[in-house]
Amino acid sequence: MSRPRQDPDLVRPYVRTGGRTRPSTDVRLESVVFAATGTHPGLNADARRLLALFAGSRGGGLAVAEIASELALPPSTTRILVADLIGLGLMTLAQGHDDERPPASLIERVLHGLRAHA
Amino acid sequence: MASALTLDRFVAPTVTATAKIVVAGAFGVGKTTFVGSVSEVPPVHMEETITRASALVDDLARTPEKSTTTVGIDFGRKHLGDDLVLYLFGTPGQARFRFLWEELIVGALGALVLVDPRDLDASHEILTLLEETEVAYAVAVNQFDGAPRYPLTEIHEALALEEHTPLSVCDARERASCMQTLIHLTEYLAHLAHRLEPRP
Repeated sequence: MSRPRQDPDLVRPYVRTGGRTRPSTDVRLESVVFAATGTHPGLNADARRLLALFAGSRGGGLAVAEIASELALPPSTTRILVADLIGLGLMTLAQGHDDERPPASLIERVLHGLRAHA
Repeated sequence: MASALTLDRFVAPTVTATAKIVVAGAFGVGKTTFVGSVSEVPPVHMEETITRASALVDDLARTPEKSTTTVGIDFGRKHLGDDLVLYLFGTPGQARFRFLWEELIVGALGALVLVDPRDLDASHEILTLLEETEVAYAVAVNQFDGAPRYPLTEIHEALALEEHTPLSVCDARERASCMQTLIHLTEYLAHLAHRLEPRP
């Protein structure tokens, strides 16, 4: 347990927002997604705009955060939209996120990569 | 209508893993600059809309008239190999938008806290949030031009950091300095991770 901070005037949040500590799906802002070919009848305008972003992708991917920025949609909305499109088979995830805590092996890979690019 | 993006905006089709580091700190501390120095693409900005429903958990007395507000998140990326991309998210980390913070830190390797040596007190809110949400973090002083240069031991004490919490100095405008700061953070995170998950 961490020791308390020393500022006595600090307002401490004490209300937990139940059920909001984990995303409802495994789509996160840093999730990279790729567009599959094909379409689906009845897609709404946002979904069509989202898929249109990938027209020049040549198989490349985008992070959900980048999609949110490009479409000027709130990140939370974008995550739901992307999850829906994955559900329809129109997008694929680069990687699933099973754990809340990243494995040590990923941290090591990042460390090596940072050193190589420093 | 959003148009198709140019090819350089996409990550390689070979990418199979992503990692996330959150860059946090008070307003004006240099988060956006830091993210931009490391990112290989111009950093992008998002606004998360906070509705009245979530604002109700907030101190309503402070914003009695406001039914929605937004929280900015800056975002940058760097390929660390053909199959690995690092994403940086810059955000203030305000206690009153705690649920947003909690969503953002899920899956993060850890956090880097930037502090302004001219206003150390402004960092207490984010440091408290990090400790309460049990995120591993390191702290870096963004050494603004003309700002006083205090010994790191004094800053460590003034911020009431845990003894083991790394503290360094950086220049958020300099790419090499930012990369070195991220390396320090990640070395610390690797050290912590191996304590929890011993090498086979």
